[in-house]
Amino acid sequence: MKFILRMAWRDSRASRRRLLLFSLSVVLGIAALVAIGSLGANLERAIDDQARGLLGADLIVTGRNAPGPEVEAHALALGAQLAKEKSFSSMALFPTAQNATRLVNVRALEGGFPFFGDFVTVPADAPAKFRAGGDVAILEETLLRQYRVQVGDTVKLGETRFTVIGSLQKLPGESSALAATVAPRALIPMDRLEATGLAERNVLVRHRLMLKLPETLDPLAVENEMRRKFRAERLGFDTVAERKRDLGRVLDNISGFLSLVGFVALFLGGIGIASAIHVYIRQKITTVAVLRCLGASAWQSFAVYLVQGFALGLFGAVCGAVLGVGVQAGLPNLFKDMLPFDVEFAIAWPAVARGMGAGLVICLLFTLLPLLAVRKVSPLVAIRSAFAENVGAGRDPWRIAVGLFIVAAVYGFAIWQTTRLRDGVGFASALLVSFLLLAALAKAVTWAARRWFPKQLPYVVRQGVANLYRPNNRTVLLLVSLGLGTFLMLTLFLTRTTLLREIEFTNGGGRPNLLFFDIQDDQIDGLKAASAAAGAPIIVHAPIITMRIAALKGRKVDDILRDQRGGAPAPAQGGPDAEAEDRKGPGGGQARLPGWTLRREYRSTYRGKLESSERVVRGEFVGQVAAGEAVVPISVEEGIFRDMGLQLGDEIEWDIQGVPMRTKVTSVRAVEWRRLEPNFFVVFPEGVLEGAPKFHVAAVRARDSEHSASVQRAIVEAFPSVTAIDLSLVLQTVDGIFTKVAFVIQFMALFTVLTGVIVLAGAVMTGRFQRIRETVLLRTLGATQRQLVQIQLVEYLILGFLAAFVGCLLSVGGNYLLAKYVFRITPSVSILLLAAGGLAVCAVTVVTGFLSGRGITNHPPLEILRQET
Amino acid sequence: MLKVQRLTKTYATAAGPLTVLNEVSFELGRGASLAIVGPSGSGKTTLLGLCAGLDRPSTGDVVLAGESIGEMSEDARARVRNAHVGFVFQNFQLVPTLTALENVLVPVELRGEGGPAAEAEAEALLGRVGLGERTDHYPIQLSGGEQQRVALARAFMNRPKILFCDEPTGNLDGATAQAMVELIFGLNHERGTTLVLVTHDPELARKCGRILRFKSGAVVADELTG
Repeated sequence: MKFILRMAWRDSRASRRRLLLFSLSVVLGIAALVAIGSLGANLERAIDDQARGLLGADLIVTGRNAPGPEVEAHALALGAQLAKEKSFSSMALFPTAQNATRLVNVRALEGGFPFFGDFVTVPADAPAKFRAGGDVAILEETLLRQYRVQVGDTVKLGETRFTVIGSLQKLPGESSALAATVAPRALIPMDRLEATGLAERNVLVRHRLMLKLPETLDPLAVENEMRRKFRAERLGFDTVAERKRDLGRVLDNISGFLSLVGFVALFLGGIGIASAIHVYIRQKITTVAVLRCLGASAWQSFAVYLVQGFALGLFGAVCGAVLGVGVQAGLPNLFKDMLPFDVEFAIAWPAVARGMGAGLVICLLFTLLPLLAVRKVSPLVAIRSAFAENVGAGRDPWRIAVGLFIVAAVYGFAIWQTTRLRDGVGFASALLVSFLLLAALAKAVTWAARRWFPKQLPYVVRQGVANLYRPNNRTVLLLVSLGLGTFLMLTLFLTRTTLLREIEFTNGGGRPNLLFFDIQDDQIDGLKAASAAAGAPIIVHAPIITMRIAALKGRKVDDILRDQRGGAPAPAQGGPDAEAEDRKGPGGGQARLPGWTLRREYRSTYRGKLESSERVVRGEFVGQVAAGEAVVPISVEEGIFRDMGLQLGDEIEWDIQGVPMRTKVTSVRAVEWRRLEPNFFVVFPEGVLEGAPKFHVAAVRARDSEHSASVQRAIVEAFPSVTAIDLSLVLQTVDGIFTKVAFVIQFMALFTVLTGVIVLAGAVMTGRFQRIRETVLLRTLGATQRQLVQIQLVEYLILGFLAAFVGCLLSVGGNYLLAKYVFRITPSVSILLLAAGGLAVCAVTVVTGFLSGRGITNHPPLEILRQET
Repeated sequence: MLKVQRLTKTYATAAGPLTVLNEVSFELGRGASLAIVGPSGSGKTTLLGLCAGLDRPSTGDVVLAGESIGEMSEDARARVRNAHVGFVFQNFQLVPTLTALENVLVPVELRGEGGPAAEAEAEALLGRVGLGERTDHYPIQLSGGEQQRVALARAFMNRPKILFCDEPTGNLDGATAQAMVELIFGLNHERGTTLVLVTHDPELARKCGRILRFKSGAVVADELTG
């Protein structure tokens, strides 16, 4: 052993810089794993430390209707402190910003919520003022920034002007970034809600009752008791334990996904190392043969280089861990806005060890592949160099075993990170397929370059092309590493383009781009007039009637649900049991129905004819019926038609706010949901629902954002309870969310691309040792420096172009698959983006190639020969 | 010391089996010296490799220092080489990453016998070949003749019973080659080592006690030089 260690150390003398460069290939992959693992551990700790602050209360009861007085009485009897909240979407009007309007999430609060955690505002005394009451509001910070609102200015919500007393920075249990992007929050005291006139007219009010329980009570036990006792109220419950579990699951998914992105970098680095070690070992064959002549066993000579491989991996792992810890220190800043709690930086040693371990294992496995050849070096090579050519040739069962082990390690890691067999296998398979595809393409390129060698072209071009297929070429290595990096990065960019274009598409062709809802029956005519006066006449208008399914195909909904649960009592809506129920299917030998299709509140409309965003795919649409029709013909959207296992002619009995109505499915519609128009699961004919309590939704088209703002201003001023959604706001929202998420993903993908660059640099440096003799020979035979540079340029340009081209093609494929199967939209491809990405990869390849190979061409041949031999 | 019995080596080629060594037999006693001569491709180096246990014969056997190595595994032959054999190659074959001293130490360190005593002996050997001042130099810093002298010191470091030399002066100029030959034979006499060398040089061959002449894989003459 002593000899092995000593020999490994001495033998590495002339190659340490090179070996360090090889080890850099895995540094970034390990750094990514350490950073994500450590961040995950920090998040977990933060969740534990701030557990109660995650919810702000011990138990929160939610419902579409206010929990009844007996619920409150029950909570008070337990000794709980209570706080209440009503929230809904509405328009805010900012008088100091020329009456600009914006959709906000109004939160009317009463009581001491949050009981735990920090309610952070600027200035800090705003919560105290808020609790003192009056017409005061705390607004999301983004609103203050966007409309240049100062503390002390006013904001109009419904009929009331509120004085802004602070900006909201943090409310327990909520992520400020997402809340601010989707619907910025506006907090007002509960006792001022009535004066706004908003709550009564708004049908989408969400009620929350927050409980602070005595220390002696277990929130889960209280929840279970209340679930049982108030089942009829269809309440939802949330406890700290459940919130922790949900958050943990989400964060596990995110960190698992990011770890996989990091793993791609590590995998690439492993390929780089295998390739570099392969070349390194070929240069060591004579040394190994001499050692064998002098009496070293196959194991001893193999062990000398295995020790070097291990040391290289260890060095890479340590550097990766240090870099990873450094990166992790910065990561919480990236995530800060997205997390509903504070994260403090601390080194999570188990995560560091796991990252280093994974790196070391991958490094060793990939090092072993070329190292195994050392066992086969014959001592005869010392006296006959021709024997060196056969080293590594032939089938070696150990190489096959190591190869299989690598595949198993990739699958194992992916499954471990995703925690789901299907996802892990999917990811690993996608990675291997991409890898094999790129490798196959690279092989095809080398074959094609040899097959259609451009004999007529100038010497430098021919030499550059020949470099693609000559022995020890870098074509496969570079196409795989750079291609995979390009593929990942461009797929992200293309997906973003696809999503944004999809939304922009809905804005074209005279389609509506401004939607008004929460319009009461008595407001619709006035709104039509006001809208037309503002230059945006209503294009689409639909009345909305809320209803629930009472019976399906002659069976009561409660009976169906009970049967599907096997006789157990029904879970409350929105609770975890209900969710679990939704994930399950029905039983009794029949097709199982998703519970949500039976329990949900349907918002349906009636129409005489179909809108342009929908078309009948089966049956016949009936637009009018006579009042008093016993069984009303209805049209059902195809998705829910399928989910509910319906057939044409099936009967559905509805409970329309207490009034039963029998219907029959006579048509199925395909609906373009992506268009910003009022679309519905169920459409009734005219003639039966006109008398039912209803509200309206209407859509108009504004010429541009200024026109949109003025129309909104006009409507909101006249009808304060009416809410507007501007398509540009949706665009902005999607872009905002995507930008935040994409930044984190791109940050991780950057590790892959940088690894590709390092692998490239390593390959070129390795090639430097391989090709130096040829370059020197060319110099000796009279090649000018310019010609040598041109040869390199041709080679790097071809490699860069091919890597970029293949990466672009794969990213187009990846974007297509994501668009079709994940987002279910039409994929968009930006040629400009692909061209820019491709050019960047080409440029990086050429620049890295030149930087790594510099010095070969601009020195006298003799000087280099003396240095390198 | 060395007994070669009906040694045959055949390689499989695309054109069919190629016999490069055919039924060669001879014996060599302790302290004797043998030169193997013949034209290129006559099988000299193949015979040397088989005698030194670098390869396995197709048929026949080699008994080296009392051990039959023909059927031994590669690692067992490596052990025999380390225990009994020294090598000097035409192109020196020093490990480029080791200093002269470290190169000389390799055979004993392989046995786990390194240490101050071994270092002192290695330095003495390097002094004996005239490189006492160059122990810390790497091969690249030494001339061809110096490198070959380091190789010779390494060959004697494990006190071999038999020394195999493959064209030891083939890459050296006349004067350097002459000095090298004197060293090889000088050390051979001092240490009582059996010597087997392959050479094209008739002068060098005549310094040995016996000459085997080869042609087309077979011994065509076995001469004693007296």
